[in-house]
Amino acid sequence: MSNANVQANLSNLARYQNNFLREVEERVEEGHMVKMCMQCGVCAGSCPFGPDWEHSPQKIFMMIRAGKREEVLGSDSMFMCTSCYNCIVRCPRELPITHIMHGLANYAHRLGLAPKGQPTRVFATMFWNNLTKKGRVNELTLTLGLYFKDGLVSGIKTALGMQSIGLAMLLAKRLNPMEIFGGHGVKDLKGFHAIVAKAKEIEDRKKGFTA
Amino acid sequence: MAKKEYAFYPGCSSQLKASASNYLVSTNAMCKALDVKLTEIPDWNCCGASVGYCEGGELPRIAINARNFAQAETHLPGQDIVATCAACWLGARESKERLDASSQLMKETNEALAAAGLHYKGEVNIRHMVEVLIEDFGYDELKKPMKKSLEGIKFAGYVGCQTNRPFGIDGESFENPLYLDKMVETFGGEALTSYDQKVACCGGALAFSEPEKSQKQIRDIVESAYDHGAEMIVTPCPLCQANVEVYQSEINKKQGTKLNMPVLYYSQLMTIAYGGSAKEAGLNGQLIRAEKLERIAGK
Ligand code: SF4
Ligand code: SF4
Repeated sequence: MSNANVQANLSNLARYQNNFLREVEERVEEGHMVKMCMQCGVCAGSCPFGPDWEHSPQKIFMMIRAGKREEVLGSDSMFMCTSCYNCIVRCPRELPITHIMHGLANYAHRLGLAPKGQPTRVFATMFWNNLTKKGRVNELTLTLGLYFKDGLVSGIKTALGMQSIGLAMLLAKRLNPMEIFGGHGVKDLKGFHAIVAKAKEIEDRKKGFTA
Repeated sequence: MAKKEYAFYPGCSSQLKASASNYLVSTNAMCKALDVKLTEIPDWNCCGASVGYCEGGELPRIAINARNFAQAETHLPGQDIVATCAACWLGARESKERLDASSQLMKETNEALAAAGLHYKGEVNIRHMVEVLIEDFGYDELKKPMKKSLEGIKFAGYVGCQTNRPFGIDGESFENPLYLDKMVETFGGEALTSYDQKVACCGGALAFSEPEKSQKQIRDIVESAYDHGAEMIVTPCPLCQANVEVYQSEINKKQGTKLNMPVLYYSQLMTIAYGGSAKEAGLNGQLIRAEKLERIAGK
C-alpha cells in the first residue's frame, strides 16, 4: 500500500476519534462480538502457541475495550493463531474468537500496522497471491517462494536444508516439479479473477479502505 | 445398495502429484468399493484455506467459496458437496453458514459472482467425507464390503483440529471424538482409545511459517503415539497427515530423536480392508512406509 493510501485510510478513521471498540465493531470481521467477552480467561489457555504469544485473545479483547489501538494492531499474536478452533468451542459467550483474530490480523495488515516481516503474515500473503493467480494453490512455487522470502542466499540454504523432504515428496509423487511451469488451475481464470476483484472492491468500499 | 452420488470437492492438496494425492487415490478406491459416485465440481477453485484471511479478507474468501457452490448447484443439482480436506470443508461450511445468516452478505456475494456470470441460490449442503461414511452408511454398512481384516495393527487415531472443531461430526464430543477409533475397530484394527494427542493441533499452515513451534507440537503427537504402543497414526485431515509425516525426519535431524511412525488416511485403511492393492490405497505415496499394511495388501 502506498503512503498516500495509508494517509487516506487514516483520515477515514478520524470519525472514530478515540473509540477503538467502535472502530473494531464496524470494520473488523465479526468485530461486533468483541463486547460480549466477559473476560473469563478460558480462551487464554487454549492456543497451541499460547506460551509464545504476548497477547491471548482474552487480553486482545480487553485491550480493544481499553482503546489500546497501536498495541492491538501492532501485536503479532493474531498471526500466531493456528486456526485450531479450541477457543470457539470452549468460550461460554460463544464469541467467534478465531474469526475475530483473523479479522484483526487482516485489518492490521491492510492498514500497514501489522509487524513487518512477521513470518505468518508474509506466508499468508504469499498464499493468497498464489491461490488467486491460478484459482488453485501451486504447492511448488508456494514452497519455493517461502524459502526465498528472505533473499537468495538464505533461500538457497533453507531449500538445501529441506532438500531431502522435497526429494522424498517428489519420489512419492506428492510434489510435481512441472508445477513451476504452471500446474493446476481453474479453466475460467478470467471469471475467477473478476469475482475476486469485485468482492475486494465491495469489501474495500464497505470498510473504507482506499487500496 | 443403491448407488449414492455426491458433488466432490477434492481441494488443492488432493490433486494428482500434490501433497495429499494418496488421499485422493485411496478415496477413489474406497468409494468404488462402497458404490459411491463422486463427480468433481466442474472447474472448482481453492477454498482460501485457514491462512487466506490475512490478505484475502472476508468477502473475497466467501465469494470464491460461493463460486464452487454455484458451480455445484448448477451442474450437479441436488447432490451434497463432499470435501475430503478438513480445511476445505471448514472454509466452505463457514462460508455457507455466513451466507445463510445474512441476506446482505448474500447480496454482495452474488454481486461478485455476477462478474463471472454466476449466481448462488443458497441451496447447497456441505459435508465431510467422514460424515457421509458415518451418517449415510454407518459402521455396519461400511463393514459389509470388507474382505481383509487389519488385525494385529495398533492405531493411534489422530483427529486433529478442523475435522473436529468448530463443527465436528454430529454426536461426537470435541474433547474426545470416537469415530476414528470406531472405524479402526470396524475393520479389525486395534484402536488405542487413550491416545492423548487425539485432538491436539499440528500447527496447521503455520508449520511453514513457524516451523519450530509446529515441530514441537508434531513431536508430542508422534511421541505420545509411541508411548501408547501405536504402530501407525491414522487421520482424516490432509494437513495433519502431511505435517505429522513429513517433519519427522527434520525433527530427528535437529533433536536427535528416532521418530519413524507411518501416518495414514482412514481411506487408505479402508481400501486395504476392502481388498484393494497397495497402489490403490496410495501406500506408495508414504514417505514413511506402512509395511504392516503393505503386507496385508499383498496377502
Ligand atoms: S473464553 Fe470467551 S468470554 Fe472468556 S475471555 Fe475468552 S473470549 Fe472472553
Ligand atoms: S483458533 Fe487461534 S485463537 Fe483460538 S485457540 Fe486456536 S490458536 Fe488460539
